[in-house]
Amino acid sequence: MSLIEVTDLRKRYRSTTVVDGVSFTIGEGETYGLLGPNGAGKTTTIAMVVGVLARDGGGVRLAGRAHEVTSLATKAMIGYVPQEIALYPDLTARENLAFFGRLYGLAGRDLRRRVDEVLDVTGLSERSREAVSKYSGGMARRLNIAAGLLNRPRLLVLDEPTAGVDPQSRGAILDAVARLAGEGVAVLYTTHYMEEAERLCDRVGILDGGRMRAEGTHRELVSLVGAGDHVLITVDGAAAGAVPALERTPGVTRVDADEARLELLVAESRAVLPLILDAVTGAGCAVRSLEVREPDLEAVFLKLTGRALRD
Amino acid sequence: MLTIIANDLRRRLRDTTLLLYGVVLPLGLAFLFSTVPAGDDGRAREFAARYAVSDPAGEFAGRVLGSLPSVQVRRAASPAEAAGLVEEGKADAAFVVEPGAETPRVIGDVDKPVAVQVAREIAEAYAAERRAARLALLAASPASPASGDVPGTVPGTVPGTGSGTPAGAAEAAAGIARTPAPVSLAADTAVRRQLDTTTYHAAGMAVFFLFFVAVTTVSGIFEERAGGTLARLLAAPVRPRAVLAAKALGGVLVGLACMGVLVVASTLLMGAGWGPPLAVAVLVAACVLAVSGITAAIAVTARGAEQASNRVSAIAMVLGVVGGAFFPVTGLGFAEFAGWLAPHRWFLLGLSDLAGDQSIGAVAVPALVLLGMAAAGGAVALALGGRAAERVMNA
Ligand SMILES: Nc1ncnc2c1ncn2[C@@H]1O[C@H](COP(=O)(O)OP(=O)(O)OP(=O)(O)O)[C@@H](O)[C@H]1O
Ligand SMILES: [Mg+2]
Repeated sequence: MSLIEVTDLRKRYRSTTVVDGVSFTIGEGETYGLLGPNGAGKTTTIAMVVGVLARDGGGVRLAGRAHEVTSLATKAMIGYVPQEIALYPDLTARENLAFFGRLYGLAGRDLRRRVDEVLDVTGLSERSREAVSKYSGGMARRLNIAAGLLNRPRLLVLDEPTAGVDPQSRGAILDAVARLAGEGVAVLYTTHYMEEAERLCDRVGILDGGRMRAEGTHRELVSLVGAGDHVLITVDGAAAGAVPALERTPGVTRVDADEARLELLVAESRAVLPLILDAVTGAGCAVRSLEVREPDLEAVFLKLTGRALRD
Repeated sequence: MLTIIANDLRRRLRDTTLLLYGVVLPLGLAFLFSTVPAGDDGRAREFAARYAVSDPAGEFAGRVLGSLPSVQVRRAASPAEAAGLVEEGKADAAFVVEPGAETPRVIGDVDKPVAVQVAREIAEAYAAERRAARLALLAASPASPASGDVPGTVPGTVPGTGSGTPAGAAEAAAGIARTPAPVSLAADTAVRRQLDTTTYHAAGMAVFFLFFVAVTTVSGIFEERAGGTLARLLAAPVRPRAVLAAKALGGVLVGLACMGVLVVASTLLMGAGWGPPLAVAVLVAACVLAVSGITAAIAVTARGAEQASNRVSAIAMVLGVVGGAFFPVTGLGFAEFAGWLAPHRWFLLGLSDLAGDQSIGAVAVPALVLLGMAAAGGAVALALGGRAAERVMNA
């Protein structure tokens, strides 16, 4: 059963509709990605899901209960990591966390222990007594995430948590999120980096112009673009000789040869790859290099919207 | 909610802007204003008067005038001599006590309005005491009809004069003789009717800057919205209303703290005399609420921190001037009328009433008016607040 069900969310500002009928569900332990370009409506959607923004239509159910702006019981289950760093710069990391923890009813030893834990998870323990204004951008980002973990949420909502973070910190953040999902936390994750969505998310919704363009697992989405992977092979000598054998290989749907290069379209590269190699060497060509290119969400997005994900 | 208030207070106590608006500027300006020569001798005004008195019986001159501090008394042999002393400028005013007249007549020097006014009050108070004494005598003599009493009975010299039971009358008269307090208290009222300049300026500036302190509360909310922490507060299991209420309450507490510091600091550093602590506290609390209410009502019309602070500043300026925060406003027609809309005016009025009558009842009316302003401001804020809260939620 899904932990959260979002149906037909709508938000309008004056005459423009910025979220237009968005629906999705997320199960426990599942990571759901909202992928979309700037201005797609990701933050607006998330704000309505979390309950910090009144919606104009639609509904949210969390753990079987209606979740509204004023629902305290369901709010207590959500950990929210806003897109902008939402911390008090004049307070230390520890003071920030203690304050936000208290809002969730933590107190005393329990609170201190939890603060220590999230500092540890985000690798900030050593500088926890410094004012946040002295933090680097990446550290502040990590603290921003730590604040969303304090209440041991059942649903963790992260709005572009890796924006402007160096690759190392980004890796650490993604690992931490994956670990939490492994512990059964449902994760709602927005990003406009398709690599993150591919690596982290079990399912992805593609949002553009406030509408959900497509939704599904990576593979499901990719299949929308058409058949599977591209395999690029370079050989010694002329490649054309290998074409007939390759065309007879099951799983290969198209073959193009250009001097020493072969470009194949295959359904499932992992299964077909040995057969392809056999066919090429059987035709008397020595393989110099081979590259498998899986179609990515970028391609999906391009196909769905006619635009690149990032401009 | 307490958590939010505590966090706000902690953050704001570290905030130097607050220190600047809440304490440094008002104290500094009050000090500046009160050291500017204020017409007469420039020093914080201490009342002193020279009175001439013609009182053949000597009871008024001795018992009443003799007990007053800061008053020099010259006895005159006749009403004419007393009037002469005033004319020559040797006395600010003269009392003429005539047998048969209840109230001593006051002859005043037009150039000494305060001393003359005080003299009138003393005379009135004395007359009131005598009326009370006469009633007491009547009450003590059931046999005598009211008409049996003759005006001109002098309580101090009373034994046997009344037509009632001699024992009762004597007892009442003795009681009066033992209690010169009513007049001296009343005279005290008159003497200290006006706030001294130091206190006036300290109080005026305190209220003036209270608006700016209140603005920091408002802009704090807008800043939290822009900074995203407000979204975090709203995402937590806390009612959105409670978040705003906590912010408002925190603002009131900060206002109270600033006023408290100002009262103490101006008393210690500048020698201001605010009055009895409890009554001052009531007045201060009412004033902080009024300013908070007005600020809230203005702030809910704004879309951002800057707009809010511009609007509140403009209104604080106008109210400050007409409300007499910088200088007393009198005889300016419309401005004087408009002054009654300013919390400054009522606060200062409350303080000067308090300077006269040290009881808490003296501040009741100003305090109630201030609370009324608070309620009105709060009501407007709540009425428009739904939309403002929505705007907060929509950011
Ligand atoms: N308060 C508002 N008033 C009017 N328009 C708004 C408001 N907030 C957002 N919008 C508009 O709604 C659209 C969606 O914004 P949103 O912040 O949800 O996009 P996003 O997908 O999160 O973008 P980004 O990747 O830049 O964070 C944008 O066109 C934005 O201009
Ligand atoms: Mg966004």
